[in-house]
Amino acid sequence: MSILTIPSKNVPIDQIPALVFPALLDTLLMVGIVMVIVVLVGIPLGALVHNLAPGGLFENPALHSTISWIVSIGRSLPFLILMASIVPFTRFITGTNIGIAAAVVPMSIAGIAFFTRIVENSLRGVPPTLVRVAKASGASPLQIIRTAQLSEALPSIIGGLTINTIAMIEYSAIAGTIGAGGIGYVAVTYGYQRFDNTVMLATIVILVATVASVQLLGDRLVRLTTPHAQTRAPRASRREASLV
Amino acid sequence: MISLEQLTKVYGHGEQRTVVLDRLDFSVDAGEIFAVVGPSGAGKSTLAQCVNLLERPTSGSVLVNGENLSRLTEKQLRVARRRIGTIFQSDGLYSRRTAAQNVALPLEYLGVTAAETRARTAELLDRVGLATKAGHYPHQLSGGQRQRVGIARALALRPSVLLSDEATSGLDPDSTRSIVALLKELRDDLGLSILFITHEMDTVLQVADSVARLDHGRIVESGRIVELLRDPASGLGRALRPARSHERAAADATEWFVSYTSATVPADWLTRLADRLGVTVSLLGASIETVDGATVGHASIGVVGADHEHLIAAARSLGLDARPAQAEQAAQAEILERVA
Ligand SMILES: Nc1ncnc2c1ncn2[C@@H]1O[C@H](COP(=O)(O)OP(=O)(O)OP(=O)(O)O)[C@@H](O)[C@H]1O
Ligand SMILES: [Mg+2]
Repeated sequence: MSILTIPSKNVPIDQIPALVFPALLDTLLMVGIVMVIVVLVGIPLGALVHNLAPGGLFENPALHSTISWIVSIGRSLPFLILMASIVPFTRFITGTNIGIAAAVVPMSIAGIAFFTRIVENSLRGVPPTLVRVAKASGASPLQIIRTAQLSEALPSIIGGLTINTIAMIEYSAIAGTIGAGGIGYVAVTYGYQRFDNTVMLATIVILVATVASVQLLGDRLVRLTTPHAQTRAPRASRREASLV
Repeated sequence: MISLEQLTKVYGHGEQRTVVLDRLDFSVDAGEIFAVVGPSGAGKSTLAQCVNLLERPTSGSVLVNGENLSRLTEKQLRVARRRIGTIFQSDGLYSRRTAAQNVALPLEYLGVTAAETRARTAELLDRVGLATKAGHYPHQLSGGQRQRVGIARALALRPSVLLSDEATSGLDPDSTRSIVALLKELRDDLGLSILFITHEMDTVLQVADSVARLDHGRIVESGRIVELLRDPASGLGRALRPARSHERAAADATEWFVSYTSATVPADWLTRLADRLGVTVSLLGASIETVDGATVGHASIGVVGADHEHLIAAARSLGLDARPAQAEQAAQAEILERVA
C-alpha cells in the first residue's frame, strides 16, 4: 500500500496558514462560480418546472414530466458517481479533467438539479390567490412569475440557497479528491493520506467556520427579506426587556 | 355594466363532469350593487372567476360594457381586465410589499411612470381612508384595513366594474359596515357596477340594490331587495329579514306574523287593525326600517278571538300580509337552511 510507505512528515504549525488559506480561497472561488451558474440557471428552470405543472401558467404535462425526470436523475446520482460519469463531457467543455475548471462542471450540474427543486418547492408555497390577483390586475406571464411567484417566495428561496451553498462546499471537498484543489484537496492529501492530524484539524475548523458563516449570512438575508420577521423580532425583545 | 348570457361552466369530463354554473342570465347596471348569495359550493366563486375570465366559461358569454370577454385572447383579456376591479376574499395582498406598493401593482404592470404611480397610489389610499398607513406591510394592518388596501388596488386602473367575492367574510360587524359604506360611496361617486358575492344575508341588506340566490349553479330567485322584502311568498325576502326572538303571546291569544307588502302602510296600522276587528291586538315584536328610502317591516302580534279570514282581509286592506306564526316559523327555518 503506497500510503503506508509515505513517511508521516507533518507540516509545521507555522506553515499551516500558508497551506490552508490559499486552499480556502480556491474553495470559495469554486463554490462562488458554481453558485452563480446555479442561480442563473436554477431560478428560471425552477419557475418553468413549477409553471408547467398542472395548475401552472403554462400547464404542459408532457414537458413537465420530461424536465422533471431529467432533474430527478441529476438529483439521484451520488456526486462522486456523477462526477466520474461525466468526465468526457467535462473535458469537452473545459478541455481538462482536473482542477477548478473541471470541478465546476459536475458541481454546477448537481447544484442546478438541487436548486431547481428548491425553487419549485418554494414557489409551491406561495398562495395561489396571488397569481389570480396578478392576472386580474393585468399582469403578463413574466410579470406574474417575477412579482407574484419569485418575489413572494424570495425568503424561502434564499433559505434554500443557503442549504444549497453548504451542499456545494461539501461537493467541492469531494471534487478535491480528484485534484480540483481547495480545502478538500488539502484535507485528503495531507490529513488523510499522510496522517497529518494538525492539517486535518485546521481544515475541519476552516470548513466548520465557512459553513457557519454561510448559514449566518443566509439566515440574516432571510430575515431581511421577510417583513414580518423584521418587525416581530424587535417587538419580542422589547417585551422581554420590559419583563426583566 | 355586466351582462351574463347563458353563462355555463362545467368542470371535469365523463363520470366526474359537474355543471357548476348552469345557463346564468342576469345583468348588473351601471351604479347598481348586485348581490349573489348561496350556500357553500353553489358556484359563487366560480361565477366571480368567470366574470373576469380567470376561468373560461364552457359556454355562454360575459359582456362588460357591451364587450364580449369570452371571445378575447389572453392578451386582449389583459387589456379588458383593466375595466374590472377585483376584490379578493383573503385580501390577496403581497406579503413583501407595503400597502402603497400593493396598490401600485396594477399600475406597475401597465408600465405607468413612477411619479404618476406615486400620485395615484396616494390618492387611492386616501380614498379608502388609509393615507397614514402607506408604508405598512400587510401583517401590520387589521383585516378591515387589508381589505381596504385590496379595494384601493382594485380601483387603481379606474375600472367601471367591481367584483367582490366574500370581501367582508371574516370581518367583525363594524369593519363590515365600514367596508359596505365605502363600497356604496364608491358606487355613488364613480358610478360603478358592483357584483357583490357573499353568504351573509345581513350584509346583503346593508349593501345591495338587488340580490340573486344561486343554488347548484342555477339562479333560483332574484329581484330588487325592497320588492323581495314586500313579497310574503319570497324565500329570499324571508331570508333577508333578521329573525329576532320576540315575546310569546298570552295563553288565550293566537300569534300572527305580519309583513309590509306595500309602500303605503299607515304608521298606526296596529290600532287600526284592532279597531277594524273589534278585538285586542298586542304587539310582541317588530322590525320596521327603510331600505333605499322605502319602508319595509314585519311584526309579530297576539290576537284574542278574531276570525282568521277577517284578520287576513283587514290586514290586506292596510297593505299588510298576515299569516299564522307557526307556518311562518317553519318556512323561515327551511329557507335559512337553504341560503346560508
Ligand atoms: N377547478 C375546479 N375543478 C373542479 N371542480 C371545481 C373547481 N373549482 C370549483 N369546483 C367545484 O365547483 C363547485 C362550486 O365551487 P365554488 O368555489 O364556486 O363555490 P362557492 O359558492 O364559492 O362556495 P363557498 O361559499 O364555499 O366559497 C364546487 O362543488 C367545487 O367543488
Ligand atoms: Mg367561494
